[in-house]
Parts: sequence; structure tokens; C-alpha cells
Amino acid sequence: MNWVWFHRFGSPPWVYGFAQRWTPWFGGIAVIAMLVALYGGLVLAPADYQQKDAFRMMYVHAPSATMSLMIYTTMAVAAAVGLIWRIKVAHAAAAACAPIGAWFTVATLGTGMLWGKPMWGTYWEWDPRLTSELVLLFLYFGYMALRAAIDDPQKADKASAMLAIVGAVNVPIIHYSVVWWNGLHQENSKKLGSDADMAWSMVWPLLLMLLAFGLYFGAVFLVRLRAELLRRERNASWIREVLT
Amino acid sequence: MKTPAVTVAWLVARRDLRLAFRKPSQLIQPLMFFMIVATLFPLTLTPELSRLRDAAPGVLWVGALLSSLLALEFLFREDAQDGTLEQFALSGQSLTWMLFAKTCTHWLLTGVPLALAGPVVAGMLGVPRPALGGVLAALALGSFALSLIGAISAGLTLGARRGGVLLSLLTLPLAVPVLVFGADATQRAILGDGIASPMYMLGAIAVFGITFAPLAAAAAVRIGLE
Repeated sequence: MNWVWFHRFGSPPWVYGFAQRWTPWFGGIAVIAMLVALYGGLVLAPADYQQKDAFRMMYVHAPSATMSLMIYTTMAVAAAVGLIWRIKVAHAAAAACAPIGAWFTVATLGTGMLWGKPMWGTYWEWDPRLTSELVLLFLYFGYMALRAAIDDPQKADKASAMLAIVGAVNVPIIHYSVVWWNGLHQENSKKLGSDADMAWSMVWPLLLMLLAFGLYFGAVFLVRLRAELLRRERNASWIREVLT
Repeated sequence: MKTPAVTVAWLVARRDLRLAFRKPSQLIQPLMFFMIVATLFPLTLTPELSRLRDAAPGVLWVGALLSSLLALEFLFREDAQDGTLEQFALSGQSLTWMLFAKTCTHWLLTGVPLALAGPVVAGMLGVPRPALGGVLAALALGSFALSLIGAISAGLTLGARRGGVLLSLLTLPLAVPVLVFGADATQRAILGDGIASPMYMLGAIAVFGITFAPLAAAAAVRIGLE
């Protein structure tokens, strides 16, 4: 097995070119998939017999929630790769993940609150999912704040990588402690999308939207990664070749 | 020559204890802070003991968390500034064990007094006497877990420009499980229920912390010192 193809991901100029080539593909397919999924979710799918049209919030909410956790995982893995094998590009990738993940977390909280108003009669409920999502947002904030507070970029990379790893270990513990805490105070936990027997016409837009959000993340991530590489490698000679 | 890790840890702990007793104000400040925060609640919430009793777990744990954050400032900062931590890292001995000893000493000097003050504050908030033992036990175990978690973030913020607020921002989300189980144990103690199950969870967090936190803290300190 030839591993040379893999090593190319450690080279900033190659990754820069790779990101440039793939961004339109990710972005283009994401937009198409998003439009189709929106049509499927907002028009084709029937209204839920209990939640009426409010359940359609799920098509934005559930994929955002998935992405918020997935991006944190991606960030922690990239940070660990950067820390262990000392790969600059991996640190740049972790740095590029954080703001996108934070925004997906904000989107999850926002749509969750909008859904909560008609369903629960209140924008905010100390539901375990909302609470652990809020703590996740604070973890993202902590990561970005630590990165911003350290002047030396290499030191900032390593310290924030440690924090991302510690946070990733803690995310499940925080989640289950919050679930457990909530079980003490609240009789029944209201869950969104917990019914396993959803109609296929409701399910496929959700899956397609998840794919669309994943691709959208890919596109935005590649753009941010390029910006991050340009900033970090601003004194390198390959930048001049790329930009002229 | 490699000295046994436990001997090194013991030496570091003895040094920290001796230094701390020469500057007792650092030990007393977080404790005073804890007492003052607890005093503010009757003034702002209500002086009625029956209502204060309901709020007592929250008051005790938020107060304990904030004062342990205040105390974290003293964990590494001075030793980093005067170069002691650098010597530790260069000594060829296990930095993990040294930091573990520092963290344990830190808990002895700040967590244990906090736990001892806990029943006094709880009594002032109208918590019945039979519950005070549970309050003490939960605070003692919980503050140890908080010290271990805090050691990681204190290590991470060594290289940062403004330590204080950042330290809180990093530590608070990680401290959520300790807060949940600690407050639950206190609540149960006040209601007269058994506190075993949340204490087991606090113990599990502490054991997990003992296993991994010194490793992570050592890695963080090395990064900060580079």
C-alpha cells in the first residue's frame, strides 16, 4: 500500500490547492441538496398529527445539532493529529472548525427555542438536550478564547489542541450528568424526532438535509482553511506562486 | 539519577505546604470570598430560613466553584513566573507526579478548608444539623474533583495574556458534572435521603480525574513553558 497520497495532506500548498478545487463541488452539491430537502420537508412531507407544521423545524434543527457535535469531534481529532504528529495543517484545520461549529450550535439552540415556543409554551426549558447544547457552546467559546489569548501561534495551537481533547473527553460526561440531573426534576423528557416509525416521506428530506449540511460544512471549512493557511504561511514563497 | 516518583511527589508537596504557611493570606482569601458570597444570598434573596434552605445547595456549590476558581490562580502562576515550574520540567523527574502532588496540596490548602466552612455556611442558610455531615463530605470530594479539573485549565492558561476570566471560561463548562452531582448530594442530605449514589458519581469523576488530569496538566504546562 502506498501512503504517499496521505502525506500530501501535511503540505500547506497542496492542501491549499485541494481546498480551492473542491470548494465549488462541496458548495454546489450542498445548495442543490438543501433546496431539494427543503422542498421535500416544507412542501411534500405531510404535517405531523400532533405537532402540525411546527415539526418542520426539525429539518434545520436536527441536522444542525448533529453537525455541532460532529464538528467538535472533527476539531478534537484534527487537534490531536496536530499535537501528536506535529502537522501544521491539522492545527489550521482545527482552528477553522471552531467558529463553524459554534454557529451550528447557535443555530441548534435558536431553532430549538423557536420550536419550543409553540410546543412547550416557552422559548427556554431546562431540557437536558438544550442544556448540554448550551454547555457545548461554552466549550467552543472557551476554545476560541484560549486561542485568541495566546500570542505565539504555535503555543496557541498546542494549548487549544489540549483543550479540545479534554473537552471531547468531557462532552459525554457532561451530557449524561445533565440528563441525570434533569431526570430528578422533570417527570417526562420531551423528545424531538424520537419516534422510530416516522413516515418515509418525512424521513428522506431529513437525511438529505443532513447530507447537505455536511457538504455545506465541508465547503465553508475549506474556505476557512485556505484563509487560515494564507495567514499562517504569509511569509512562505508558495503563497506568491499561488496568488499570481 | 532518577528519584522514585512518590518521593518526588512528597518533596513537592512538602515544599508547597511550607510556602503556603509562610503566606497565609493566599489561603484565607478564597475562604473569605466563599463566606461573603454565601452572606449575599440572604441579603438579596430572602432572610427566611425556610426559603434559604431550598436555595442552599445552589448557594453552597456556586460559591464553592467560584472560590475554587479564585484559588486556582495561585496553583501554577507564581511558580511559572519565578521559573520553578521550568526547573520541574527540566529536572528529568516525572512532571505528572509533581503536578499531581501540587494539585493534592492545593486541595488540602483550599478545598479542605472550604469543605470545613461548608457546614457553617449551610447552618447559616437554615440547613438542619443532621444534614451537615453530608454537606461536608460532598464538598470535600467535589472540591478535589474541581482542583483536578482546574489544574488542566490552569496549565493551559499559563501562556495566555489575561489569565483570570479565561481560566473561568475554560473551567466552568468542564465543572458542570461536579456541580450537578455535588448539588444533588447536598440536596439529598438536606431532605434526609441517602447521598450514596451522587457520592459514587463524584467519586467516579475524582478517580477519572486522578488518572488523567495530572497527565493532561503536565502536557499543558510543558506547552505553556515552551
